[in-house]
Amino acid sequence: MKILVPVKRVIDYNVKPRVKADGTGVDLANVKMSMNPFDEIAVEEAIRLKEKGAATEIVVVSIGPAKAQETLRTALAMGADRAILVQTDDEVEPLAIAKILKAIAEEEQPGLVVMGKQAIDDDSNQTGQMLAALMGRPQGTFASKVEVSGDTVSVTREVDGGLETVNLKLPAIVTTDLRLNEPRYASLPNIMKAKSKPLATKSPADLGVDTAPRLKTLKVSEPPVRKAGIKVGSVDELVAKIKELGVA
Amino acid sequence: MSILVWAEHDNASLKDATLSAVTAAGKLGDVTVLVAGKDCGAVADAAAQIAGVAKVLKADDAAYEHALAENVAPLVAGLMDAFDAFVAPATTTGKNIAPRVAALLDVMQVSDILSVEGPKTFTRPIYAGNAIATVESSDAKLVITVRGTAFERAATSGGSAGVEEVAGPGDAGLSSFAGAETAKSDRPELTSAKVIVSGGRALKDGETFQAVLTPLADKLNAAIGASRAAVDAGYVPNDYQVGQTGKIVAPELYIAIGISGAIQHLAGMKDSKTIIAINKDEDAPIFSVADYGLVADLFQAVPELTEKL
Repeated sequence: MKILVPVKRVIDYNVKPRVKADGTGVDLANVKMSMNPFDEIAVEEAIRLKEKGAATEIVVVSIGPAKAQETLRTALAMGADRAILVQTDDEVEPLAIAKILKAIAEEEQPGLVVMGKQAIDDDSNQTGQMLAALMGRPQGTFASKVEVSGDTVSVTREVDGGLETVNLKLPAIVTTDLRLNEPRYASLPNIMKAKSKPLATKSPADLGVDTAPRLKTLKVSEPPVRKAGIKVGSVDELVAKIKELGVA
Repeated sequence: MSILVWAEHDNASLKDATLSAVTAAGKLGDVTVLVAGKDCGAVADAAAQIAGVAKVLKADDAAYEHALAENVAPLVAGLMDAFDAFVAPATTTGKNIAPRVAALLDVMQVSDILSVEGPKTFTRPIYAGNAIATVESSDAKLVITVRGTAFERAATSGGSAGVEEVAGPGDAGLSSFAGAETAKSDRPELTSAKVIVSGGRALKDGETFQAVLTPLADKLNAAIGASRAAVDAGYVPNDYQVGQTGKIVAPELYIAIGISGAIQHLAGMKDSKTIIAINKDEDAPIFSVADYGLVADLFQAVPELTEKL
């Protein structure tokens, strides 16, 4: 079985984003970029499935600017077999990403698509579900455990009240939650080896997908700033403040 | 506009998140609530009582018992000819179903809205709440998920909507429910609690976490939350987690104990009305959002605080 893993290049999760003064977006110039943390977990899970013999090949795909190649090389260094870059300088929304991924999936025929549950830049949490809908396949979202047996995959999902397990017919789409695994670091020899792994480049037009946005961003602003607080000197002062609030 | 709202429920009672979604939907137009499930008549009757609900659609079928997206999304998409918008709470259930509906309708979803600015204009948080985007949809139909803490809950009485039975395509045959592990708790639910006492990695282990936080939470009738570090360290189950990847909360009072305040955690709680932080590191980022901060060893300060309240 082949596994397809979509990955996204995003602002590094440790960087505090700054809103541009003109309100057109977040300033990404000279900011450290990395692989979306949930996607690292997806790559790791695919590699583990391959190590267990449940998968034969891992194909990673990214949709974005030429620099997204770096993200793909990271995935190859972790253990993916080959990469596809769908190159575009436009910002592509989840619906169009899902359409591009569907076209790739039709070419590659993966048994499983494993991807992050959300990207930490747009925080949409949509693409996996949309891909599953467009392909008419089942979805195992927010996965904290994935087990493939025969032609089904059992997915334990992190839901509001705890955990739930669903059984899905393959091919299926799984989106990863944080506790699914701990991604490995790429070793230096593997980073070197990744440079010679195949990386194909396509465009959204090659795949027949229109990436025109459906949502127009009118403005991006700073969130309301909290009024500066005070530091109290003792527990007694804190008790007095809590009593003032009328909750105790 | 006519709006279809997804009712979040457990086949026995409605979840509070539904009430916030009804309020958000009410700002757009006439509200119809969809109750899909198995033996969910009581839920449909409760939904009919919600103030501002014009009609309730009930889809009672074994296929909808566990809200599997593969079965529910075609049901919703089939009903959408009669509606201009589909609104779901941004719970794990809503987030699972709504994008599947959106793709079936070929529209872009607007996720986790904070406010309704116009018939097709909304605000939503991006970058873990470090920026707020105002977006306008150009799609013919809207699919929206609603951040529960950003909208008042609609009253659970005062409505008198009629309940109408609807049928959908049923079981798509792609997925099945195998079981659930529900965390048992007699405390208030995290996302609707007025007071939350939350602990971080500094609590050392699960036993200490409970021993330090539970008496304080009992005293304040509070829900207990945790940072990701505390969850990853195994002190508490993951459904305690507050943050970008856990639950988004906005209680009257949030007490952060031994939590440094990483941006991913702040994304889940910085809209709380009052924030209190207890941390021995006076440079911890949590103090930059706390209304009242106490620099102290939590193992001394928290028991003392509990005793004096």
